[in-house]
Amino acid sequence: MSDLSQAAAEALRLIVGGDPKLLDIVLLSLRVSLTAVVFACVVGLPLGATVAVSRFPGRRTVVVVLNAFMGLPPVVVGLLVYLLLSRAGPLGAMGLLFTPTAMVIAQAILITPIIAALSRQVVEDAWAEYRDQLRSLGERRFGAVMTMLWDLRFSLVIIVLAGFGRAAAEVGAVMIVGGNIDGVTRVMTTAIALETSKGDLPLALGLGIVLLTIVLALNAAADIVKDTAQRRYG
Amino acid sequence: MTSAMRAPRSLLPLRLDDVVFAIGVRRVIDRVSLTLEAGRRTVIVGPNGAGKSVLLRLCHGLLQPTSGTIAWNALELPGEPRRQAMVFQLPVLLRRSALANIVYALAVARVRTEHREARAREALRKVGLDPLATHPARVLSGGEQQRVALARAWALNPEVLFLDEPTANLDPGATHEIERVIGAMHAAGTKIVLVTHNLGQARRLGDEILFMHQGRLLERASADRFFKQPASPEAAQFLEGELPW
Amino acid sequence: MVVTRRLFLAASLCVVLGAHAQERFITVASTTSTEQSGLFGYLLPIYEQQTSVKVRVVALGTGQALDVARRGDADVVFVHARTAEEKFLAEGHGVKRYPVMYNDFVLIGPKNDPAKVGGGKDIVVALKKLEAAKAPFVSRGDRSGTHMAELDLWKASGIDIDKTRGAWYRDTGQGMGPALNTAASMGAYILSDRGTWLAFKNRGDLTILVEGDKRLFNQYGVMLVNPVTHPSVKKALGQQFIDWIISPAGQRAIAGYKINGEQLFYPNAGDSNA
Repeated sequence: MSDLSQAAAEALRLIVGGDPKLLDIVLLSLRVSLTAVVFACVVGLPLGATVAVSRFPGRRTVVVVLNAFMGLPPVVVGLLVYLLLSRAGPLGAMGLLFTPTAMVIAQAILITPIIAALSRQVVEDAWAEYRDQLRSLGERRFGAVMTMLWDLRFSLVIIVLAGFGRAAAEVGAVMIVGGNIDGVTRVMTTAIALETSKGDLPLALGLGIVLLTIVLALNAAADIVKDTAQRRYG
Repeated sequence: MTSAMRAPRSLLPLRLDDVVFAIGVRRVIDRVSLTLEAGRRTVIVGPNGAGKSVLLRLCHGLLQPTSGTIAWNALELPGEPRRQAMVFQLPVLLRRSALANIVYALAVARVRTEHREARAREALRKVGLDPLATHPARVLSGGEQQRVALARAWALNPEVLFLDEPTANLDPGATHEIERVIGAMHAAGTKIVLVTHNLGQARRLGDEILFMHQGRLLERASADRFFKQPASPEAAQFLEGELPW
Repeated sequence: MVVTRRLFLAASLCVVLGAHAQERFITVASTTSTEQSGLFGYLLPIYEQQTSVKVRVVALGTGQALDVARRGDADVVFVHARTAEEKFLAEGHGVKRYPVMYNDFVLIGPKNDPAKVGGGKDIVVALKKLEAAKAPFVSRGDRSGTHMAELDLWKASGIDIDKTRGAWYRDTGQGMGPALNTAASMGAYILSDRGTWLAFKNRGDLTILVEGDKRLFNQYGVMLVNPVTHPSVKKALGQQFIDWIISPAGQRAIAGYKINGEQLFYPNAGDSNA
């Protein structure tokens, strides 16, 4: 128990102290995970919505695979991306290993299935209601996908938040492809892992509390925005 | 004369030839043949499960017949603006303002951007909803939402308007409003094809009646003749309220 | 809506790619124990201030660090497992091995010392006692320099650890810090490098029981990854770092790193036998 109260004290000290190194780590974490979420949404939302409104042979398999990939182990994704980006690998010439870009790539791969699978379900549930009317107006597949995504935006917010949460919380992928380099690729989760392995548990826990606080704040902000907009548009 | 100046061929008449729509073994539409002409308001009546809604959807292209042909006089090519519209029993509006819903439909119909808003406002004015133009469509009352749906259809200036029990969920006041708008669209030249289970409405709005029962078209007559002297026993029973399905 | 989304995309791309500012840096593959001792945090700012070259340390187990270098993903390798380093050179992945510094391993164990090894100066005697008593012992099991040193010591004690290991020998596959955490929580014996131990904060009931045996010395070596087999290696900058770390200035800096007044690493770049 004393570890926990020490951790709480550490967290407070960290938040109030405004340590520039900590700030860098926090900003990098947000940059990496938010960028990954953006890319995952750009790919995942239209992908999920398209599968939702389309009928094609093998559709069930696609749905099952998408759902299964929600559980991709981060460390496996990290390993695969590492092999891709390593100098000895196919994309080695790009020199992306051990950079924040590599971390964004790994996290984007990790969360795209989450965004796609969940948006597929949300859009499919609503499609029964919208289908006849949109087709009556002459909407073709691409237009229907975009219209559905925008109309269901309030329900999709939580999916985006889930994707961000998964990205911000994982350590396996970013550790392998980023290397946890001090000042370059050290993010909240890898910093916590490092402090834990150094035996500084209160500091590690304190960092954990800071991370949780940030994610909570982000979720609260998203909720307020969504609520305001929903009130205006039903 | 360039193709731009030549008036497009009318969609009507619409010919259904021996159309069957089956779900598994069950024939929801059982060999229906008919021709829909321009001008007269066509009202389709019949007991529950007669296949009225399915027939409407087949005509509008939302369903494909299992066998038989459905032939319009002119082809609507995919990707071109639609020249028919449909209003459903429950209005499906987007999470936008009433005006934006209509502008959206006009955008899908490839109406030029600079014309969209004006046309949308005009349509809302015709159904008496211009004060609510900027209201979110989904918070309007049922009757108001249905009027927006109708305004959306009107803004598209369709040749044919299909309506599937548009007032089934509305109170008499709202029903009256909807019927007024339908009348106005008819007066402006749109062919009306209406499904209703409200015999009073059929009497008020119908020029000709199509009576359906168990997937077959049993009778077709002018409204006057149908209500005074139904030719088929089923129709007679139906009008007496003795033919539930 | 589509426009705002595109703008957002463009902005994020700039944010991410902006990180690729043109700074001079090298990638050094080193070990977790070296990182966790805090040496790099002390040493590298000195180097970076003098040369304006950033040193990016990727800290892994020795085996993994050498593998990363074999793939050409690092410019310099800085580990403490001489046999593995010489194998690395023989394979053609490195240019030359320079000894840099040494620290020592210590045998850590619970204060109550059930196997009665405490106070001794002979590691072989101590290990024999541990094995006979079947005292709980945590091994790193991760092909690290420390793990390989541990295996060598069992061999030196005449114990075939693969045969005689039982439930008492806990092979955790972890870095030094996590392994110490594990040992602290189960009151087990463990071989650790002094640097990590001095920086370790979660000691629980553990303390140093055996130290000072010459066989416990832990030699560090640095190598430039072979630019012939790995053309992407930053040859000049990498060699510059190596030259500095074996220079008197670099060696002085190493000796200057202390925790609680205690020096952790002893520079010995001049020792040709190391």
